[in-house]
Amino acid sequence: MRTRITGIFGGLMLLLAAACSSAPETAPGGPGGPGGPGAGGPRGVGAGSFAPGSQQDLEASAGDRIFFAFDRSDITPESQEILARQAEWLRRYPNVTVTIEGHCDERGTREYNLALGERRAQAAKNVLVALGIPASRISTISYGKERPAVVGSTEEAYAQNRRAVTTVN
Amino acid sequence: MRKSCRIPAGAIFAALIALPCLGVPARAELRIDITSGHVEPMPIAIPAFPGGSPNESQAGRDIAGVVSADLERSGLFRPIDPRSFIQNVSLGDTQPRFPDWRQINAQALVTGSVQTQGDGRLRVEFRLWDVFAEQQLAGYGYTTTQQNWRRIAHIIADEIYKRITGEDGYFDTRIVYVAESGPAEKRVKRLSIMDQDGANNRFLTDGHALVLTPRFSPTAQEITYLSYGSGAPRVYLFNIDTGQQEVVGDFPGMTFAPRFSPDGNRVVLSRAENGTTNLYVLDLRTRRATRLTDSQAIDTSPCFSPDGSKIVFNSDRGGSQQLYVMNSDGSGVKRISFGSGKYGTPVWSPRGDLVAFTKIEGGSFFIGVMRPDGSGERLLTRDFLVEGPTWAPNGRVLMYFRQSPTDSRGHGGSTRLFSIDLTGSNQREVVTSQDASDPAWSPLLR
Repeated sequence: MRTRITGIFGGLMLLLAAACSSAPETAPGGPGGPGGPGAGGPRGVGAGSFAPGSQQDLEASAGDRIFFAFDRSDITPESQEILARQAEWLRRYPNVTVTIEGHCDERGTREYNLALGERRAQAAKNVLVALGIPASRISTISYGKERPAVVGSTEEAYAQNRRAVTTVN
Repeated sequence: MRKSCRIPAGAIFAALIALPCLGVPARAELRIDITSGHVEPMPIAIPAFPGGSPNESQAGRDIAGVVSADLERSGLFRPIDPRSFIQNVSLGDTQPRFPDWRQINAQALVTGSVQTQGDGRLRVEFRLWDVFAEQQLAGYGYTTTQQNWRRIAHIIADEIYKRITGEDGYFDTRIVYVAESGPAEKRVKRLSIMDQDGANNRFLTDGHALVLTPRFSPTAQEITYLSYGSGAPRVYLFNIDTGQQEVVGDFPGMTFAPRFSPDGNRVVLSRAENGTTNLYVLDLRTRRATRLTDSQAIDTSPCFSPDGSKIVFNSDRGGSQQLYVMNSDGSGVKRISFGSGKYGTPVWSPRGDLVAFTKIEGGSFFIGVMRPDGSGERLLTRDFLVEGPTWAPNGRVLMYFRQSPTDSRGHGGSTRLFSIDLTGSNQREVVTSQDASDPAWSPLLR
C-alpha cells in the first residue's frame, strides 16, 4: 500500500518539497513547516503509523488535496485519481465525515474568489458523490484567497494555492 | 466575539450658526474647478484659532492643524507655512489685515476663535476670507464638547471645501475597513473603524473570526460584512453603537458580498450553492429574501445605484468576469464592460454618473471608472494588486487597498489604504497603524 502511494505521489511530493526548500530554513517556522499543509504529506509518507481514519491517514493513503488551473474548477485526470483514492479511503471509514475547503490564488478579486473557492470545493464533492460517497458526509467551505498554503507571489506558489483540500471533521 | 464598543457619532455638537458677514457681501470669485484634470492647489492661510486660556489656545492650534491637513490632503489647497505669517491673529480682531496676507500670496484665509462656555463646552467660530477681494466668504459658529474638537475641525474643512469648490466635502466621515496582521497563511483580520484622516481608530472585532468586506449603512450606525464567526462564511450586521452582531437572513450555506440599498432597508448579497453563486436581496424589516439572478455562473459584488433602481454586479456568465447592470428586481440584465481583461467589485458613484471597478489585465490590477452604460472607461491607477474601490460621499475621491507582492519567506504582502482623485491625480496613502484592506467610506456624518 505505502509503496504504491509513494509511487503515484512521488512527483507531487517532490514538487511540494521543492516549493518548501526554496526557503533556506525549512525547519520549524519555514513556509509549510511542521503542521503546515504542504509538509503534512511528505512527512506522513516517511513517518508511518497514524490513527486510522485521521487527517494524517487520509493524507498518507490518498492525498488530501487537488489542484486547479487559473480561474478554473475543472477536475484534471490527476485530481480524479486522487479523489478516487479519497473515495476508497472514505468507504473504509464510513463514520468519517469531511469538509472540503476550496481555495484560490491571490490573483483575483476577493468576493469573486470566495465564489470560485466554493465552486472548486463543490467540484471535488461532486466527484466523491459520483463515486458513491453520500453527500451527507461531505460539507464544503470556501476561503477564497484568504488562506494560502504556500506563501509567495510566484506562479509556483499560486499553483499550490488553487486547491481543494479534504479535511476530516 | 461580542464586543461592546461605543463610538460617539451622533450629533454631539449643537447650534451651527451662520455668522454675520463682516465687510462687503462676497461674490463667488475665489473658486476651484475640480472637474478639470490638473488643479493648481490654492494657497490658503490657516493660522491657529486664538483662545483666551491655554486650554482654548491648544484647542485652537489643534483645530487649525486638522483643517489644514484635511484641505492639504484633498490636493486642492496648499496651506501656507505658518512661519511666514506676518499678522499675528488674536482674539479681538474683527477684520484681517489683508495686505499682510496678500504679501505671502495667500488667496484664502481662515480665521477663527475658541472659547469655553459656562457649561464647559467649546464655542468654535471660523470665517473664510477672500484675501484679494477682502471679503468674507463663509462664517459659522459651533458648540461642542471638548473631546469632540476633531469633528468640528472636519466640519469647518468641509465648509471651506464646499464654499471654494461648489461641491460637498467629505472630511466629516469615517472609514470602516479590515485591519490585518500576522503571516499570510493565517492572517488575523479585524473589523475596524476610523475617521477618514486615520484618527480615532478602533477595532470592532477581536480577530478570532475572519472578517471581510465591511460596508456602511447609508442611514444608520450599522455595518454589513462577511464573518466566519459561525464556522461558515455568512453575512452579518454590526451595530456600531451597541456592538451587537447578528446574521443577516436565514440562508443555508455561504452568503457574502453584502451591500445596503440606498434607503438602508435592504441588503443585496451573494449566496453560493452547489457551485453556483446568485444574487439575493433581503428586506431587513420583513427578513424576506428575494432571489434576483438564476444563473449557473458566479454572480457577485452587487451594488445599488444611488436611486435604488438598478444593481451593478460582476458575473462570469459570459465566460470571464465582467460587469453587468440590471433593474433592482433582477430584470433587464445588460453587460456593460467589454474591454480586455476581467472586471470586478463595481461600486456605483453616489452621484450616479460613474461606476468604479477593479480590473485585472496582463498580470496587473487597476482601479478604474466607467459610465453606467459601459462607455468612457478610464483607469486611474495600476499596481501588482489594487482592489476594492469605495467612493467618498461627494463622488470625487476613491479609496482602495494595495497589496504588495510576497516572497517565499513571507516578506512583503503588506496591505495599505490609498485615496485618489477621480481625475487620477493626488494618490495618497491613508496611514493606518497596521495593514489594512477592504475600506468602505461612510456617508457624511450628521
